[in-house]
Amino acid sequence: MADALKSPVPAIVVDAVSKTFRVPEEQTHTLKERALHPWRHTSHEQFAALKDVSFAVEEGEFFGIVGRNGSGKSTLLKCLAGIYGVDEGRIWCNGRMSTFIELGVGFNPDLAALDNVVMNGIMLGLSPSEARARYERIIEFAELEEFQDLKLKNYSSGMHVRLAFSVAIQVDADILLIDEVLAVGDAAFQQKCFDVFNRMRDEGRTIVFVTHDMGAVKRFCHRALLLERGEAIALGEPGDVGDRYLAMNFDRDGTAARAAGGEWEGNRGARIVQAWFEDGAGDQWGVYLQGYQVRFRARVAFDEAIDDPALRVTFENDAGQPVFVASTAVEHERSGSFVPGEEAVFSVEFENRLAPGRYYPIASLVRRGGGLDLIDRSTREIAFLVQGSTAQGGIVDLPYASSVERAAVGPRSRIEVS
Amino acid sequence: MNAIEYSDLGAPIRGPRALTDDRSRFWHLTYNIARNEFKLRFFGSALGYVWQLMRPLLLFGVLLFVFSHVAHVSNAPYYSVALLAGIVLFTFFGEATGGAVRSVVDRENLVRKIHFPRLVIPLSIVLLASFNLALNLIVVLIFALAEGVRPMMSWLEAPLILGMLIVYCAGLAMLLSALFVHFRDIQPIWEVVCQVLFYASGILIPVELLRARLSDTAFHLLMLNPLATIVEQFRHAMIDHSALSAGQALGGWWQLVEPIGIVVAIFAIGFWVFNRSAPLIAENL
Repeated sequence: MADALKSPVPAIVVDAVSKTFRVPEEQTHTLKERALHPWRHTSHEQFAALKDVSFAVEEGEFFGIVGRNGSGKSTLLKCLAGIYGVDEGRIWCNGRMSTFIELGVGFNPDLAALDNVVMNGIMLGLSPSEARARYERIIEFAELEEFQDLKLKNYSSGMHVRLAFSVAIQVDADILLIDEVLAVGDAAFQQKCFDVFNRMRDEGRTIVFVTHDMGAVKRFCHRALLLERGEAIALGEPGDVGDRYLAMNFDRDGTAARAAGGEWEGNRGARIVQAWFEDGAGDQWGVYLQGYQVRFRARVAFDEAIDDPALRVTFENDAGQPVFVASTAVEHERSGSFVPGEEAVFSVEFENRLAPGRYYPIASLVRRGGGLDLIDRSTREIAFLVQGSTAQGGIVDLPYASSVERAAVGPRSRIEVS
Repeated sequence: MNAIEYSDLGAPIRGPRALTDDRSRFWHLTYNIARNEFKLRFFGSALGYVWQLMRPLLLFGVLLFVFSHVAHVSNAPYYSVALLAGIVLFTFFGEATGGAVRSVVDRENLVRKIHFPRLVIPLSIVLLASFNLALNLIVVLIFALAEGVRPMMSWLEAPLILGMLIVYCAGLAMLLSALFVHFRDIQPIWEVVCQVLFYASGILIPVELLRARLSDTAFHLLMLNPLATIVEQFRHAMIDHSALSAGQALGGWWQLVEPIGIVVAIFAIGFWVFNRSAPLIAENL
């Protein structure tokens, strides 16, 4: 009865896989060189692309692999695909596998659609007759009915990609390995691709997806793996992994604090000498993640005695529209009296719900009694960058809940229960 | 996640190899790559196949004129038919091996992007050359019949002779394409070797003339060259029974073991070298 308790076999198991490339320092590319210097020892530089990576992908899972350039994610995919052999460790794949590292592998520009579809189909694991049988559907999906007799070299790049993608999705593999081929084609075709990915996911196929695009990972993947310098540093919920990835992506010494001593408007007794952003923990970044606390801070130097000044900050977007305005005067109307030579730091903290993009904080130092009595005002000196992955296209991204219910079920009422 | 029972997983995947277990995919790939290339040459230009045929025919025309009308090299019967057949066989040899040299490197985009048995690449080149050979042999046949050659029982040897030639070329194709990944000067070297082989294979100068001029050892060494054996046996069996058979030229039919042994050895070495370098081709390109 132990069989009944056993979990189904994972679709992919990667067990302690390491992969090292040997990069020769001096490439001997000819027999002549070999013959002239038979005993010269060509030294090799070792480059560890993957270090002891282990994970398992369950059957029917949509699994994302994210990482920066050179983190080893493409190498990992190529190891899974059997294009590279591994140096250490083992990989198991259960089921028929298809690889999409590049769309249209084997396409020949001098041939028409049919020959290319057949060739590409065989490359992806179809038999020639299967590929021919699916040709009509492929052409239809690619919307290339009128162009099928043209040679491929006469296709536009969009048509080329559409044909390639259409072949790719006709391949009935259990496991699909996909390497950033989503960002192709025009918007309408992209939507079609996303529909296909949703369908594949719903059909319970196992999909391993390598990408930079955290939005896509969050939208599609059940789990994600984060690679950095060949090591797996995070594995789990796409949201958590995505945040880790974004945070890692930007240097800690962001640009925000560099605006010291910029050109400020006016000089009426006090100056904003420095302005910067920091996160809830006080760390500065070049880019801030949506959904987290952010603090805007400005250091003010007083040249005259000023009573109860307030800092007002307006966030303008690229189009110059004021998106969000905050002021210290709301909570701290009586901020105190400052004497010449004194400095103060004004802070505004808020939950970052701005849509991903670039914003310019315009800081104004004002006297008590409304924003009219301007002491100093900063220009669009510093930019505030917001990164987020759930953006659907508004100016702000407010937290929201959503649900989908079948109308037939209806709302459950108390009467039914009792 | 549940602990994984490694025993349930079966065998781990293996990296890229020269051959995989899926034989039908191997054949489909090889055939379709060769077929597409052939189609391109055949339908690629207005005169298509004519150009394909021009090269051997033009060479044949020039050589025939020089060697039979100007220099009178040979009075052997059917010299012209044998010359054409030799040129066609050699054209195949040149296309299959010379084309294979760069093949793996030129198909870098395939090798680095998808998993498939690597041996497909050089073998598809040999297959493509075989298609051309088949068409060229039809021309040879027509020419031979026109020149008075009559069908003989020994034509049944054709599959054996051509088979040996194809195996020889396949072995060289594997060897050369694998070596070229590491040594880029294989290409010019092989071009020179091919030129030497053209003159050392009894195509231009009939074997009996060579035997009369060369010392026994030199002649024997010459005939050890499998291409010479194949060309001579082809001439003997297909065109002119009075010509020396390969066995006679070597000094006894049992001596055929030597060139055949060389062909088998080249094939084995070629496969071994290719098989050994196949897992690393994608990285070394």
